[in-house]
Amino acid sequence: MNETSAETRSVVVEREIPHPPEKIWRALTQPHLIEEWLMKNDFKPVVDHHFSFRADWGAVECQVLEVEPHKTLSYTWDGLGLQSVVTWTLIPTSTGTQLRMEQTGFLPDQKQAYFGAKAGWPRFFTALEKLLERHE
Amino acid sequence: MPRSHEILFRTLADPTRRALFERLCRDGDQTVGALTAQAGVSQPAVSKHLAVLKQAGLVRDRHEGRQTHYSAELDALAPLTDWTNQMTGFWQSRFDALEDLLTRMDQ
Repeated sequence: MNETSAETRSVVVEREIPHPPEKIWRALTQPHLIEEWLMKNDFKPVVDHHFSFRADWGAVECQVLEVEPHKTLSYTWDGLGLQSVVTWTLIPTSTGTQLRMEQTGFLPDQKQAYFGAKAGWPRFFTALEKLLERHE
Repeated sequence: MPRSHEILFRTLADPTRRALFERLCRDGDQTVGALTAQAGVSQPAVSKHLAVLKQAGLVRDRHEGRQTHYSAELDALAPLTDWTNQMTGFWQSRFDALEDLLTRMDQ
C-alpha cells in the first residue's frame, strides 16, 4: 500500500457490556453465534484462516490476523474496493466487559472515485461489480 | 446495512443500467439518443433504465426542446463512499444485535 496515495480512516465503537469476556468471546468466534448478530460466515479462530461474511447486500472477504482468547481478535475486512482491519478488544470490568471495536480502513482512490476523476472510476466500478456479481 | 445501500446496490446490479450510469459519470451530460446509440439495447429499454436510475437519485433529467438530457448525480453515491459514517452506523447496530444475543444466551 502506497501511503501517500492511500487515505487512512478509523472507526471506533466502544461499549460497556454487562456480560463476562468469556461469553462475549463465544459470540465473537462461534460461527452460528456470529451469524445471529453480524452475518453468515465460515469463521474459525485460527490465524491466517480465510473466511467471508455474507449478507443479502453482498459479501466481505476476511482473513484472521490475531487471536488471543477472551482478549483480542483481529481480522482483515475487504469489500467494495476498500481494505480494512477490524480489531476487537475485550477488557474485563467489575460489572462485565469493556468491548471495543476498531476498524481501520485504507481507501485508495476512493475520494477520486467520489469526485468522478477518470482514473478513479474504473477501479471503483470494478470493485462494485465484483461485489454485485456475488450478490446476484 | 442501511436501506440507502440496498437501493443503490439493486439499481446498479443490472449491467446495462450500470453501464449507462458509468457513461454519464465519464462523459457527462447525454441525450437519450446518444446513450441508446452505444447501449446495445432499444431506446424504450434505455428510457426504462434511466427512469430506474432517476428514481434511485443516481441521474437527473433536463428537457431541452424535444430532447431529454441526462446527467449523473455523484452525490447519490455518498452513502457508498462516506465510509466513516457508514461503518460507524453499521457497527453501532451490530453492537445492539450482539447485546440482544448475549441476553438470549442466558436463557
